[in-house]
Amino acid sequence: MPGITREEVAHLARLARLELKAEELDHFAGQLDDIIGAVAAVADVADEDVPPTSHPLPLTNVMRPDEVRPSLTPEQALSGAPAQEQQRFKVPQILGEE
Amino acid sequence: MTVTELVSYEDALASYDPVMGLEVHVELGTRTKMFCGCSTGLGADANSQTCPTCLGLPGSLPVVNATGVESAIRIGLALNCDIAEWCRFARKNYFYPDMPKNFQTSQYDEPIAYDGYLDVQLEDGEVFRVAIERAHMEEDTGKSTHVGGATGRIQGASHSLLDYNRAGIPLIEIVTRPITGAGARAPEVAKAYVAELRELIKALGVSEARMEMGQMRCDVNLSLRPHGREKFGTRSETKNVNSLRSVERAARFEIQRHAAVLDGGGTIVQETRHFHEEDGSTTSGRVKEEAEDYRYFPEPDLVPVAPSREWVEELRAALPELPRLRRNRLREEWGISPFEMQSVLNAGAVGLIVATTDAGAPADQARKWWMGELARRANEHGTELADLPITPEQVARLCALVAEGSLNDKLARQAIEGVLAGEGGPDDVVAKRGLKVVSDEGALGAAVDAAIAENAPIADKIRGGKVAAAGALVGAVMKSTRGQADAARVRELILERLGVEG
Repeated sequence: MPGITREEVAHLARLARLELKAEELDHFAGQLDDIIGAVAAVADVADEDVPPTSHPLPLTNVMRPDEVRPSLTPEQALSGAPAQEQQRFKVPQILGEE
Repeated sequence: MTVTELVSYEDALASYDPVMGLEVHVELGTRTKMFCGCSTGLGADANSQTCPTCLGLPGSLPVVNATGVESAIRIGLALNCDIAEWCRFARKNYFYPDMPKNFQTSQYDEPIAYDGYLDVQLEDGEVFRVAIERAHMEEDTGKSTHVGGATGRIQGASHSLLDYNRAGIPLIEIVTRPITGAGARAPEVAKAYVAELRELIKALGVSEARMEMGQMRCDVNLSLRPHGREKFGTRSETKNVNSLRSVERAARFEIQRHAAVLDGGGTIVQETRHFHEEDGSTTSGRVKEEAEDYRYFPEPDLVPVAPSREWVEELRAALPELPRLRRNRLREEWGISPFEMQSVLNAGAVGLIVATTDAGAPADQARKWWMGELARRANEHGTELADLPITPEQVARLCALVAEGSLNDKLARQAIEGVLAGEGGPDDVVAKRGLKVVSDEGALGAAVDAAIAENAPIADKIRGGKVAAAGALVGAVMKSTRGQADAARVRELILERLGVEG
Protein backbone atom coordinates (compact mmCIF):
# COMPACT_ATOMS: atom_id res chain seq x y z
CA MET A 1 0.00 0.00 0.00
CA PRO A 2 1.58 3.28 -1.04
CA GLY A 3 1.70 5.60 1.92
CA ILE A 4 0.37 9.15 1.71
CA THR A 5 3.26 11.40 2.52
CA ARG A 6 3.23 14.54 4.59
CA GLU A 7 4.28 16.50 1.46
CA GLU A 8 1.29 15.22 -0.47
CA VAL A 9 -1.05 16.34 2.30
CA ALA A 10 0.60 19.76 2.35
CA HIS A 11 0.16 19.98 -1.45
CA LEU A 12 -3.51 19.01 -1.28
CA ALA A 13 -4.08 21.46 1.54
CA ARG A 14 -2.61 24.22 -0.59
CA LEU A 15 -4.80 23.31 -3.57
CA ALA A 16 -7.85 23.31 -1.31
CA ARG A 17 -6.77 26.58 0.32
CA LEU A 18 -6.65 24.95 3.78
CA GLU A 19 -4.20 26.18 6.34
CA LEU A 20 -2.87 23.21 8.27
CA LYS A 21 -0.51 23.16 11.23
CA ALA A 22 2.53 20.91 11.28
CA GLU A 23 0.96 18.37 13.64
CA GLU A 24 -2.21 18.34 11.53
CA LEU A 25 -0.19 17.39 8.46
CA ASP A 26 1.15 14.33 10.28
CA HIS A 27 -2.24 13.51 11.70
CA PHE A 28 -4.08 13.77 8.35
CA ALA A 29 -1.38 11.89 6.48
CA GLY A 30 -2.09 8.86 8.64
CA GLN A 31 -5.86 9.25 8.42
CA LEU A 32 -5.90 9.79 4.66
CA ASP A 33 -3.69 6.76 4.25
CA ASP A 34 -6.24 4.65 6.13
CA ILE A 35 -9.15 6.01 4.09
CA ILE A 36 -7.43 5.49 0.75
CA GLY A 37 -6.39 2.03 1.86
CA ALA A 38 -9.99 1.17 2.66
CA VAL A 39 -11.24 2.48 -0.67
CA ALA A 40 -8.47 0.67 -2.50
CA ALA A 41 -9.73 -2.61 -1.01
CA VAL A 42 -12.73 -2.26 -3.34
CA ALA A 43 -10.38 -2.63 -6.28
CA ASP A 44 -9.30 -6.04 -4.93
CA VAL A 45 -12.89 -7.25 -4.76
CA ALA A 46 -14.01 -5.91 -8.13
CA ASP A 47 -13.21 -8.20 -11.01
CA GLU A 48 -12.15 -6.99 -14.44
CA ASP A 49 -15.73 -7.11 -15.64
CA VAL A 50 -16.72 -4.40 -13.16
CA PRO A 51 -15.94 -1.01 -14.66
CA PRO A 52 -15.24 1.96 -12.40
CA THR A 53 -18.56 3.51 -11.46
CA SER A 54 -19.02 7.27 -11.64
CA HIS A 55 -22.82 7.21 -11.81
CA PRO A 56 -24.80 4.57 -9.89
CA LEU A 57 -27.91 4.84 -12.09
CA PRO A 58 -27.90 3.53 -15.68
CA LEU A 59 -29.19 6.83 -17.03
CA THR A 60 -27.87 8.72 -20.06
CA ASN A 61 -28.96 11.73 -22.12
CA VAL A 62 -30.92 13.63 -19.53
CA MET A 63 -31.31 16.95 -21.31
CA ARG A 64 -33.56 19.97 -21.19
CA PRO A 65 -34.89 22.00 -24.11
CA ASP A 66 -33.17 25.33 -24.77
CA GLU A 67 -35.90 27.42 -23.17
CA VAL A 68 -35.33 30.39 -20.90
CA ARG A 69 -36.47 30.00 -17.30
CA PRO A 70 -36.75 32.88 -14.85
CA SER A 71 -33.49 33.90 -13.18
CA LEU A 72 -33.02 35.27 -9.70
CA THR A 73 -33.22 39.02 -9.35
CA PRO A 74 -29.82 40.69 -8.83
CA GLU A 75 -30.88 41.39 -5.24
CA GLN A 76 -31.63 37.71 -4.66
CA ALA A 77 -28.42 36.63 -6.38
CA LEU A 78 -26.36 38.98 -4.22
CA SER A 79 -28.24 38.28 -0.98
CA GLY A 80 -25.63 35.79 0.20
CA ALA A 81 -22.60 37.81 -0.90
CA PRO A 82 -20.32 38.87 1.95
CA ALA A 83 -19.65 42.11 0.10
CA GLN A 84 -21.02 43.80 -3.00
CA GLU A 85 -20.47 46.90 -5.06
CA GLN A 86 -22.14 48.16 -8.25
CA GLN A 87 -24.53 45.20 -8.20
CA ARG A 88 -21.57 42.88 -8.41
CA PHE A 89 -19.93 40.39 -6.07
CA LYS A 90 -16.99 42.07 -4.42
CA VAL A 91 -13.98 39.84 -3.87
CA PRO A 92 -10.64 40.56 -2.20
CA GLN A 93 -7.49 41.33 -4.13
CA ILE A 94 -6.65 38.44 -6.46
CA LEU A 95 -3.03 39.26 -7.32
CA GLY A 96 -0.59 41.53 -5.53
CA GLU A 97 1.62 44.10 -7.24
CA GLU A 98 3.99 42.49 -9.71
CA MET B 1 10.22 43.42 -17.02
CA THR B 2 12.96 42.46 -19.44
CA VAL B 3 12.62 43.40 -23.05
CA THR B 4 13.60 40.62 -25.42
CA GLU B 5 15.59 41.52 -28.50
CA LEU B 6 13.85 39.78 -31.36
CA VAL B 7 15.56 37.79 -34.07
CA SER B 8 14.44 38.72 -37.58
CA TYR B 9 11.69 36.47 -38.88
CA GLU B 10 13.87 35.20 -41.74
CA ASP B 11 16.76 34.36 -39.42
CA ALA B 12 14.44 32.58 -36.99
CA LEU B 13 13.07 30.41 -39.78
CA ALA B 14 16.57 29.70 -41.11
CA SER B 15 17.47 28.03 -37.81
CA TYR B 16 14.20 26.67 -36.48
CA ASP B 17 11.02 24.88 -37.45
CA PRO B 18 7.86 26.24 -35.74
CA VAL B 19 5.25 23.91 -34.26
CA MET B 20 1.85 25.33 -33.35
CA GLY B 21 -1.18 24.22 -31.44
CA LEU B 22 -4.35 26.27 -31.60
CA GLU B 23 -7.13 26.20 -29.04
CA VAL B 24 -10.29 28.01 -30.01
CA HIS B 25 -13.22 28.65 -27.69
CA VAL B 26 -16.57 29.28 -29.34
CA GLU B 27 -19.47 30.68 -27.35
CA LEU B 28 -22.61 29.00 -28.63
CA GLY B 29 -25.59 31.12 -29.59
CA THR B 30 -28.07 29.11 -27.54
CA ARG B 31 -30.89 30.97 -25.82
CA THR B 32 -29.94 29.55 -22.41
CA LYS B 33 -26.83 28.55 -20.51
CA MET B 34 -25.26 25.09 -20.77
CA PHE B 35 -26.52 23.69 -17.48
CA CYS B 36 -29.42 25.94 -16.43
CA GLY B 37 -32.25 27.92 -18.01
CA CYS B 38 -30.79 31.39 -17.46
CA SER B 39 -30.86 33.63 -20.51
CA THR B 40 -27.66 34.27 -22.46
CA GLY B 41 -28.93 37.60 -23.84
CA LEU B 42 -26.31 40.33 -24.19
CA GLY B 43 -26.39 43.68 -22.46
CA ALA B 44 -28.40 42.66 -19.41
CA ASP B 45 -27.95 44.25 -15.99
CA ALA B 46 -25.11 42.78 -13.92
CA ASN B 47 -26.08 39.56 -12.16
CA SER B 48 -29.61 39.60 -13.54
CA GLN B 49 -29.14 36.32 -15.42
CA THR B 50 -28.09 33.92 -12.68
CA CYS B 51 -29.73 31.17 -10.68
CA PRO B 52 -28.71 28.78 -7.90
CA THR B 53 -27.14 26.40 -10.46
CA CYS B 54 -24.81 28.87 -12.21
CA LEU B 55 -24.02 30.54 -8.87
CA GLY B 56 -23.01 27.16 -7.48
CA LEU B 57 -25.38 27.37 -4.51
CA PRO B 58 -25.71 24.24 -2.38
CA GLY B 59 -28.38 21.78 -3.44
CA SER B 60 -28.70 23.05 -7.02
CA LEU B 61 -28.47 20.56 -9.86
CA PRO B 62 -27.33 21.15 -13.45
CA VAL B 63 -29.20 19.74 -16.47
CA VAL B 64 -27.49 19.88 -19.86
CA ASN B 65 -28.90 22.01 -22.70
CA ALA B 66 -29.98 19.71 -25.56
CA THR B 67 -29.21 22.36 -28.18
CA GLY B 68 -25.73 22.76 -26.68
CA VAL B 69 -25.05 19.05 -27.18
CA GLU B 70 -26.52 19.12 -30.67
CA SER B 71 -24.34 22.10 -31.62
CA ALA B 72 -21.24 20.33 -30.28
CA ILE B 73 -22.01 17.25 -32.37
CA ARG B 74 -22.62 19.32 -35.49
CA ILE B 75 -19.33 21.17 -35.02
CA GLY B 76 -17.58 17.82 -34.52
CA LEU B 77 -19.13 16.38 -37.68
CA ALA B 78 -18.26 19.46 -39.75
CA LEU B 79 -14.67 19.02 -38.53
CA ASN B 80 -14.69 15.43 -39.77
CA CYS B 81 -14.48 14.11 -36.20
CA ASP B 82 -15.67 10.85 -34.69
CA ILE B 83 -18.53 11.42 -32.26
CA ALA B 84 -18.26 9.66 -28.91
CA GLU B 85 -20.83 6.94 -28.34
CA TRP B 86 -20.70 7.68 -24.63
CA CYS B 87 -18.95 10.48 -22.79
CA ARG B 88 -19.05 12.30 -19.51
CA PHE B 89 -18.59 15.77 -18.16
CA ALA B 90 -15.78 16.39 -15.69
CA ARG B 91 -15.08 18.94 -13.01
CA LYS B 92 -11.97 21.03 -13.49
CA ASN B 93 -11.22 22.26 -10.00
CA TYR B 94 -9.59 25.60 -9.35
CA PHE B 95 -9.97 28.54 -7.03
CA TYR B 96 -10.62 31.74 -8.86
CA PRO B 97 -13.55 34.07 -8.38
CA ASP B 98 -14.63 33.93 -12.03
CA MET B 99 -16.38 30.63 -11.25
CA PRO B 100 -18.51 30.69 -8.12
CA LYS B 101 -18.58 26.87 -8.03
CA ASN B 102 -14.79 26.63 -7.66
CA PHE B 103 -14.79 24.33 -10.65
CA GLN B 104 -15.62 24.59 -14.32
CA THR B 105 -17.81 21.90 -15.78
CA SER B 106 -15.86 20.65 -18.77
CA GLN B 107 -14.89 17.39 -20.42
CA TYR B 108 -11.58 15.70 -19.73
CA ASP B 109 -10.54 12.43 -21.33
CA GLU B 110 -13.89 11.77 -23.01
CA PRO B 111 -14.53 14.66 -25.43
CA ILE B 112 -17.74 14.46 -27.44
CA ALA B 113 -15.81 14.81 -30.73
CA TYR B 114 -12.26 13.71 -31.60
CA ASP B 115 -9.85 12.87 -34.43
CA GLY B 116 -10.90 15.21 -37.19
CA TYR B 117 -9.41 17.75 -39.56
CA LEU B 118 -10.13 21.05 -41.23
CA ASP B 119 -8.78 21.91 -44.67
CA VAL B 120 -7.86 25.56 -44.89
CA GLN B 121 -7.07 27.46 -48.05
CA LEU B 122 -4.24 29.97 -48.00
CA GLU B 123 -4.46 33.14 -50.04
CA ASP B 124 -2.57 31.68 -52.99
CA GLY B 125 -5.00 28.78 -53.14
CA GLU B 126 -2.77 26.19 -51.42
CA VAL B 127 -4.78 23.86 -49.18
CA PHE B 128 -3.31 23.00 -45.79
CA ARG B 129 -4.85 20.25 -43.65
CA VAL B 130 -5.01 20.99 -39.93
CA ALA B 131 -5.60 17.90 -37.77
CA ILE B 132 -8.15 18.31 -34.99
CA GLU B 133 -7.48 16.46 -31.76
CA ARG B 134 -10.79 17.11 -30.05
CA ALA B 135 -13.79 19.36 -29.55
CA HIS B 136 -15.39 19.32 -26.15
CA MET B 137 -18.22 20.98 -24.24
CA GLU B 138 -17.72 23.30 -21.32
CA GLU B 139 -18.99 26.57 -19.88
CA ASP B 140 -17.84 30.17 -19.84
CA THR B 141 -16.76 32.00 -16.70
CA GLY B 142 -18.03 35.21 -15.10
CA LYS B 143 -16.72 38.64 -15.97
CA SER B 144 -14.28 40.37 -13.59
CA THR B 145 -13.75 44.09 -13.22
CA HIS B 146 -10.57 44.97 -11.37
CA VAL B 147 -10.83 48.08 -9.23
CA GLY B 148 -8.18 50.33 -7.79
CA GLY B 149 -5.28 49.38 -10.06
CA ALA B 150 -3.55 51.71 -12.44
CA THR B 151 -5.21 50.62 -15.69
CA GLY B 152 -8.03 48.30 -14.72
CA ARG B 153 -5.58 45.42 -14.73
CA ILE B 154 -5.53 42.70 -12.16
CA GLN B 155 -2.03 43.63 -10.98
CA GLY B 156 -2.23 46.16 -8.22
CA ALA B 157 -6.04 46.14 -8.02
CA SER B 158 -7.39 46.60 -4.51
CA HIS B 159 -10.37 44.34 -5.15
CA SER B 160 -12.42 42.89 -7.99
CA LEU B 161 -16.11 42.88 -8.91
CA LEU B 162 -17.84 39.88 -10.43
CA ASP B 163 -20.78 39.68 -12.80
CA TYR B 164 -21.90 36.08 -13.30
CA ASN B 165 -24.25 36.63 -16.24
CA ARG B 166 -21.68 34.99 -18.52
CA ALA B 167 -20.89 32.15 -16.10
CA GLY B 168 -22.36 28.98 -17.58
CA ILE B 169 -22.80 30.12 -21.20
CA PRO B 170 -22.00 27.12 -23.42
CA LEU B 171 -18.51 26.97 -24.87
CA ILE B 172 -17.05 24.51 -27.32
CA GLU B 173 -13.29 24.22 -27.13
CA ILE B 174 -11.66 23.03 -30.33
CA VAL B 175 -8.06 21.83 -30.06
CA THR B 176 -5.75 21.08 -32.98
CA ARG B 177 -3.01 18.48 -33.02
CA PRO B 178 0.47 19.98 -33.24
CA ILE B 179 0.65 21.75 -36.60
CA THR B 180 3.98 20.91 -38.23
CA GLY B 181 5.37 21.44 -41.69
CA ALA B 182 4.00 24.93 -42.18
CA GLY B 183 7.47 26.48 -41.88
CA ALA B 184 7.52 30.18 -42.64
CA ARG B 185 3.82 30.05 -43.41
CA ALA B 186 2.91 29.04 -39.83
CA PRO B 187 1.45 32.44 -38.87
CA GLU B 188 -0.52 32.51 -42.13
CA VAL B 189 -1.82 28.98 -41.50
CA ALA B 190 -2.85 29.97 -37.97
CA LYS B 191 -4.83 32.92 -39.29
CA ALA B 192 -6.38 30.93 -42.14
CA TYR B 193 -7.38 28.15 -39.73
CA VAL B 194 -9.15 30.51 -37.34
CA ALA B 195 -10.79 32.30 -40.28
CA GLU B 196 -12.01 29.03 -41.78
CA LEU B 197 -13.24 27.79 -38.41
CA ARG B 198 -15.17 31.01 -37.96
CA GLU B 199 -16.80 30.62 -41.39
CA LEU B 200 -17.68 27.03 -40.52
CA ILE B 201 -19.24 27.99 -37.18
CA LYS B 202 -21.26 30.72 -38.89
CA ALA B 203 -22.37 28.37 -41.69
CA LEU B 204 -23.56 25.88 -39.06
CA GLY B 205 -25.52 28.67 -37.41
CA VAL B 206 -24.37 27.64 -33.93
CA SER B 207 -22.78 31.00 -33.11
CA GLU B 208 -22.22 34.36 -34.74
CA ALA B 209 -18.54 33.83 -33.84
CA ARG B 210 -17.81 37.54 -33.58
CA MET B 211 -14.27 37.69 -32.30
CA GLU B 212 -14.49 41.37 -31.37
CA MET B 213 -17.31 40.45 -29.01
CA GLY B 214 -15.45 37.56 -27.44
CA GLN B 215 -17.75 34.99 -28.98
CA MET B 216 -14.70 33.28 -30.41
CA ARG B 217 -11.28 33.41 -28.72
CA CYS B 218 -8.00 31.81 -29.67
CA ASP B 219 -5.02 30.61 -27.66
CA VAL B 220 -1.82 30.19 -29.68
CA ASN B 221 0.63 27.54 -28.49
CA LEU B 222 3.98 27.79 -30.18
CA SER B 223 7.36 26.15 -29.93
CA LEU B 224 10.49 25.98 -32.06
CA ARG B 225 12.79 23.05 -32.75
CA PRO B 226 16.06 23.15 -34.62
CA HIS B 227 15.69 21.89 -38.19
CA GLY B 228 16.02 18.13 -38.34
CA ARG B 229 15.06 17.49 -34.75
CA GLU B 230 12.01 15.31 -34.12
CA LYS B 231 11.33 16.34 -30.55
CA PHE B 232 9.23 19.45 -29.97
CA GLY B 233 10.67 22.37 -28.05
CA THR B 234 9.09 23.92 -24.97
CA ARG B 235 5.97 25.87 -25.83
CA SER B 236 4.47 29.14 -24.74
CA GLU B 237 0.72 29.69 -24.72
CA THR B 238 -0.47 33.14 -25.79
CA LYS B 239 -3.98 33.55 -24.41
CA ASN B 240 -7.05 35.32 -25.75
CA VAL B 241 -5.84 36.45 -29.12
CA ASN B 242 -9.03 37.98 -30.37
CA SER B 243 -8.79 38.92 -34.02
CA LEU B 244 -7.60 37.16 -37.14
CA ARG B 245 -4.81 39.66 -37.64
CA SER B 246 -3.71 39.22 -34.03
CA VAL B 247 -3.50 35.44 -34.42
CA GLU B 248 -1.03 35.92 -37.24
CA ARG B 249 0.94 38.58 -35.39
CA ALA B 250 1.10 36.62 -32.14
CA ALA B 251 2.49 33.55 -33.91
CA ARG B 252 5.03 35.65 -35.75
CA PHE B 253 6.13 37.47 -32.62
CA GLU B 254 6.54 34.26 -30.64
CA ILE B 255 8.63 32.70 -33.41
CA GLN B 256 10.99 35.69 -33.28
CA ARG B 257 11.05 35.77 -29.48
CA HIS B 258 11.67 32.05 -29.04
CA ALA B 259 14.47 32.18 -31.60
CA ALA B 260 16.10 35.04 -29.72
CA VAL B 261 15.96 33.17 -26.41
CA LEU B 262 17.24 29.93 -27.93
CA ASP B 263 19.99 31.67 -29.93
CA GLY B 264 21.15 33.31 -26.74
CA GLY B 265 21.58 29.89 -25.14
CA GLY B 266 18.50 30.38 -22.98
CA THR B 267 15.57 28.07 -22.37
CA ILE B 268 11.93 28.78 -23.06
CA VAL B 269 9.77 28.84 -19.95
CA GLN B 270 6.49 27.00 -20.26
CA GLU B 271 4.09 29.79 -19.42
CA THR B 272 1.00 31.63 -20.53
CA ARG B 273 1.56 34.97 -22.24
CA HIS B 274 -0.60 38.01 -22.87
CA PHE B 275 -0.91 39.50 -26.34
CA HIS B 276 -0.82 43.27 -26.77
CA GLU B 277 -2.89 44.61 -29.62
CA GLU B 278 -1.04 47.95 -29.75
CA ASP B 279 2.37 46.66 -30.82
CA GLY B 280 1.76 42.95 -31.50
CA SER B 281 4.03 41.84 -28.67
CA THR B 282 3.45 39.31 -25.90
CA THR B 283 4.44 39.47 -22.25
CA SER B 284 4.78 36.84 -19.59
CA GLY B 285 1.65 35.78 -17.73
CA ARG B 286 1.67 33.02 -15.17
CA VAL B 287 4.07 30.12 -15.18
CA LYS B 288 2.14 26.98 -15.97
CA GLU B 289 3.24 24.55 -13.32
CA GLU B 290 -0.08 23.33 -12.06
CA ALA B 291 -1.47 21.65 -15.16
CA GLU B 292 -1.79 18.41 -13.24
CA ASP B 293 -3.50 19.99 -10.31
CA TYR B 294 -6.99 20.57 -11.66
CA ARG B 295 -7.99 17.22 -10.11
CA TYR B 296 -10.43 16.42 -12.88
CA PHE B 297 -13.04 13.86 -11.97
CA PRO B 298 -16.31 12.76 -13.58
CA GLU B 299 -19.12 15.22 -12.83
CA PRO B 300 -21.47 13.24 -10.57
CA ASP B 301 -24.42 15.61 -11.04
CA LEU B 302 -24.65 15.15 -14.82
CA VAL B 303 -25.36 11.77 -16.38
CA PRO B 304 -23.30 10.64 -19.38
CA VAL B 305 -24.13 11.84 -22.88
CA ALA B 306 -24.60 8.93 -25.29
CA PRO B 307 -25.70 10.29 -28.67
CA SER B 308 -27.51 7.58 -30.62
CA ARG B 309 -26.01 6.78 -34.00
CA GLU B 310 -29.36 7.58 -35.61
CA TRP B 311 -29.24 11.10 -34.18
CA VAL B 312 -25.63 11.58 -35.26
CA GLU B 313 -26.41 10.43 -38.80
CA GLU B 314 -29.47 12.67 -38.92
CA LEU B 315 -27.31 15.65 -37.95
CA ARG B 316 -24.62 14.66 -40.45
CA ALA B 317 -27.14 14.47 -43.28
CA ALA B 318 -28.40 17.95 -42.45
CA LEU B 319 -24.99 19.66 -42.41
CA PRO B 320 -24.72 22.66 -44.72
CA GLU B 321 -22.24 22.76 -47.60
CA LEU B 322 -18.81 23.44 -46.06
CA PRO B 323 -17.70 27.07 -46.51
CA ARG B 324 -14.49 26.33 -48.42
CA LEU B 325 -16.29 24.10 -50.94
CA ARG B 326 -19.13 26.59 -51.20
CA ARG B 327 -16.68 29.42 -51.86
CA ASN B 328 -14.92 27.47 -54.57
CA ARG B 329 -18.26 26.58 -56.18
CA LEU B 330 -19.43 30.21 -56.08
CA ARG B 331 -16.08 31.42 -57.37
CA GLU B 332 -16.48 29.23 -60.44
CA GLU B 333 -20.10 30.25 -60.92
CA TRP B 334 -19.15 33.90 -60.68
CA GLY B 335 -16.10 33.44 -62.88
CA ILE B 336 -13.66 35.33 -60.65
CA SER B 337 -10.10 34.68 -59.50
CA PRO B 338 -9.11 33.22 -56.10
CA PHE B 339 -7.71 36.62 -55.21
CA GLU B 340 -10.99 38.38 -56.03
CA MET B 341 -12.86 35.74 -54.03
CA GLN B 342 -10.57 36.36 -51.09
CA SER B 343 -11.46 40.06 -51.24
CA VAL B 344 -15.15 39.20 -51.27
CA LEU B 345 -14.62 36.94 -48.25
CA ASN B 346 -12.56 39.50 -46.38
CA ALA B 347 -15.25 42.09 -46.99
CA GLY B 348 -17.86 39.78 -45.51
CA ALA B 349 -19.78 39.94 -48.78
CA VAL B 350 -20.19 36.28 -49.81
CA GLY B 351 -23.58 35.81 -48.17
CA LEU B 352 -24.82 39.22 -49.26
CA ILE B 353 -23.96 38.62 -52.89
CA VAL B 354 -25.61 35.21 -52.79
CA ALA B 355 -28.75 36.71 -51.26
CA THR B 356 -28.74 39.41 -53.94
CA THR B 357 -28.49 36.89 -56.75
CA ASP B 358 -31.21 34.83 -55.04
CA ALA B 359 -33.33 37.97 -55.28
CA GLY B 360 -32.83 37.97 -59.06
CA ALA B 361 -29.70 40.03 -59.74
CA PRO B 362 -26.91 38.77 -62.01
CA ALA B 363 -23.83 37.80 -59.93
CA ASP B 364 -21.49 40.30 -61.60
CA GLN B 365 -23.88 43.17 -60.90
CA ALA B 366 -24.47 42.05 -57.29
CA ARG B 367 -20.73 41.79 -56.73
CA LYS B 368 -20.10 45.14 -58.39
CA TRP B 369 -22.42 47.02 -56.05
CA TRP B 370 -21.47 45.23 -52.82
CA MET B 371 -17.75 45.37 -53.45
CA GLY B 372 -17.81 48.87 -54.96
CA GLU B 373 -20.19 51.59 -53.84
CA LEU B 374 -21.51 49.73 -50.78
CA ALA B 375 -18.07 48.63 -49.54
CA ARG B 376 -16.94 52.24 -49.90
CA ARG B 377 -19.92 53.46 -47.89
CA ALA B 378 -19.41 50.82 -45.18
CA ASN B 379 -15.78 51.84 -44.96
CA GLU B 380 -16.75 55.50 -44.68
CA HIS B 381 -19.17 54.77 -41.85
CA GLY B 382 -16.78 52.31 -40.19
CA THR B 383 -19.40 49.56 -40.22
CA GLU B 384 -19.57 46.02 -41.50
CA LEU B 385 -21.10 45.60 -44.94
CA ALA B 386 -23.85 43.47 -43.45
CA ASP B 387 -24.75 46.24 -41.00
CA LEU B 388 -25.52 48.80 -43.72
CA PRO B 389 -29.22 49.64 -43.71
CA ILE B 390 -29.83 48.18 -47.16
CA THR B 391 -31.03 44.67 -47.94
CA PRO B 392 -29.90 42.29 -50.68
CA GLU B 393 -33.45 42.50 -52.07
CA GLN B 394 -33.10 46.27 -52.38
CA VAL B 395 -29.72 45.90 -54.10
CA ALA B 396 -31.29 43.40 -56.48
CA ARG B 397 -34.06 45.90 -57.23
CA LEU B 398 -31.45 48.56 -58.06
CA CYS B 399 -29.73 46.11 -60.40
CA ALA B 400 -33.08 45.54 -62.11
CA LEU B 401 -33.71 49.28 -62.47
CA VAL B 402 -30.30 49.71 -64.09
CA ALA B 403 -30.80 46.69 -66.33
CA GLU B 404 -34.15 47.95 -67.63
CA GLY B 405 -32.60 51.35 -68.34
CA SER B 406 -34.60 53.34 -65.77
CA LEU B 407 -31.42 54.23 -63.89
CA ASN B 408 -27.82 54.54 -64.92
CA ASP B 409 -24.95 53.85 -62.52
CA LYS B 410 -24.72 57.43 -61.40
CA LEU B 411 -28.41 57.60 -60.56
CA ALA B 412 -28.22 54.18 -58.89
CA ARG B 413 -25.53 55.54 -56.58
CA GLN B 414 -27.86 58.40 -55.65
CA ALA B 415 -30.62 55.87 -55.01
CA ILE B 416 -28.27 53.93 -52.72
CA GLU B 417 -27.48 57.11 -50.87
CA GLY B 418 -31.20 57.66 -50.34
CA VAL B 419 -31.82 54.11 -49.13
CA LEU B 420 -28.92 54.34 -46.68
CA ALA B 421 -30.25 57.69 -45.46
CA GLY B 422 -33.53 56.02 -44.56
CA GLU B 423 -35.62 57.54 -47.36
CA GLY B 424 -37.23 54.20 -48.10
CA GLY B 425 -36.69 51.43 -50.65
CA PRO B 426 -35.13 52.03 -54.09
CA ASP B 427 -38.49 52.76 -55.74
CA ASP B 428 -39.41 55.25 -53.01
CA VAL B 429 -36.11 57.07 -53.37
CA VAL B 430 -36.33 57.10 -57.16
CA ALA B 431 -39.83 58.61 -56.94
CA LYS B 432 -39.04 61.13 -54.20
CA ARG B 433 -35.80 62.33 -55.68
CA GLY B 434 -37.11 62.25 -59.23
CA LEU B 435 -34.27 60.01 -60.37
CA LYS B 436 -34.92 58.95 -63.91
CA VAL B 437 -32.91 58.44 -67.00
CA VAL B 438 -34.06 60.92 -69.67
CA SER B 439 -35.65 58.56 -72.14
CA ASP B 440 -37.83 61.15 -73.83
CA GLU B 441 -36.26 60.84 -77.28
CA GLY B 442 -37.31 64.38 -78.19
CA ALA B 443 -35.56 65.96 -75.21
CA LEU B 444 -32.57 63.70 -75.60
CA GLY B 445 -32.37 64.41 -79.32
CA ALA B 446 -32.36 68.13 -78.63
CA ALA B 447 -29.55 67.74 -76.12
CA VAL B 448 -27.56 65.70 -78.65
CA ASP B 449 -28.08 68.27 -81.39
CA ALA B 450 -26.96 71.04 -79.02
CA ALA B 451 -23.81 69.12 -78.09
CA ILE B 452 -22.94 68.55 -81.74
CA ALA B 453 -23.49 72.22 -82.56
CA GLU B 454 -21.34 73.37 -79.65
CA ASN B 455 -18.51 70.97 -80.47
CA ALA B 456 -18.27 71.19 -84.23
CA PRO B 457 -14.55 70.26 -84.50
CA ILE B 458 -15.14 67.06 -82.52
CA ALA B 459 -18.23 66.27 -84.59
CA ASP B 460 -16.12 66.61 -87.75
CA LYS B 461 -13.53 64.17 -86.39
CA ILE B 462 -16.27 61.64 -85.74
CA ARG B 463 -17.68 62.13 -89.23
CA GLY B 464 -14.15 61.52 -90.47
CA GLY B 465 -14.17 58.07 -88.82
CA LYS B 466 -12.72 58.77 -85.37
CA VAL B 467 -15.55 57.03 -83.52
CA ALA B 468 -13.61 57.07 -80.25
CA ALA B 469 -14.04 60.85 -80.09
CA ALA B 470 -17.77 60.31 -79.50
CA GLY B 471 -16.98 59.96 -75.78
CA ALA B 472 -16.44 63.69 -75.48
CA LEU B 473 -19.89 64.40 -76.94
CA VAL B 474 -21.50 61.78 -74.70
CA GLY B 475 -19.90 63.55 -71.76
CA ALA B 476 -21.32 66.87 -72.90
CA VAL B 477 -24.81 65.42 -73.17
CA MET B 478 -24.56 63.72 -69.77
CA LYS B 479 -23.52 67.06 -68.32
CA SER B 480 -26.39 68.99 -69.90
CA THR B 481 -28.89 66.36 -68.68
CA ARG B 482 -27.29 66.31 -65.22
CA GLY B 483 -26.46 62.66 -65.54
CA GLN B 484 -30.02 61.57 -66.15
CA ALA B 485 -29.46 60.16 -69.61
CA ASP B 486 -28.69 56.62 -70.66
CA ALA B 487 -25.12 56.96 -71.90
CA ALA B 488 -25.37 54.05 -74.33
CA ARG B 489 -28.48 55.51 -75.98
CA VAL B 490 -26.81 58.93 -76.18
CA ARG B 491 -23.87 57.38 -78.01
CA GLU B 492 -26.19 55.66 -80.46
CA LEU B 493 -28.00 58.92 -81.17
CA ILE B 494 -24.75 60.83 -81.73
CA LEU B 495 -23.43 58.27 -84.20
CA GLU B 496 -26.80 58.11 -85.94
CA ARG B 497 -26.94 61.90 -86.33
CA LEU B 498 -23.39 61.99 -87.71
CA GLY B 499 -24.04 59.10 -90.04
CA VAL B 500 -21.33 56.83 -88.64
CA GLU B 501 -21.55 53.13 -87.87
CA GLY B 502 -20.92 52.31 -84.14
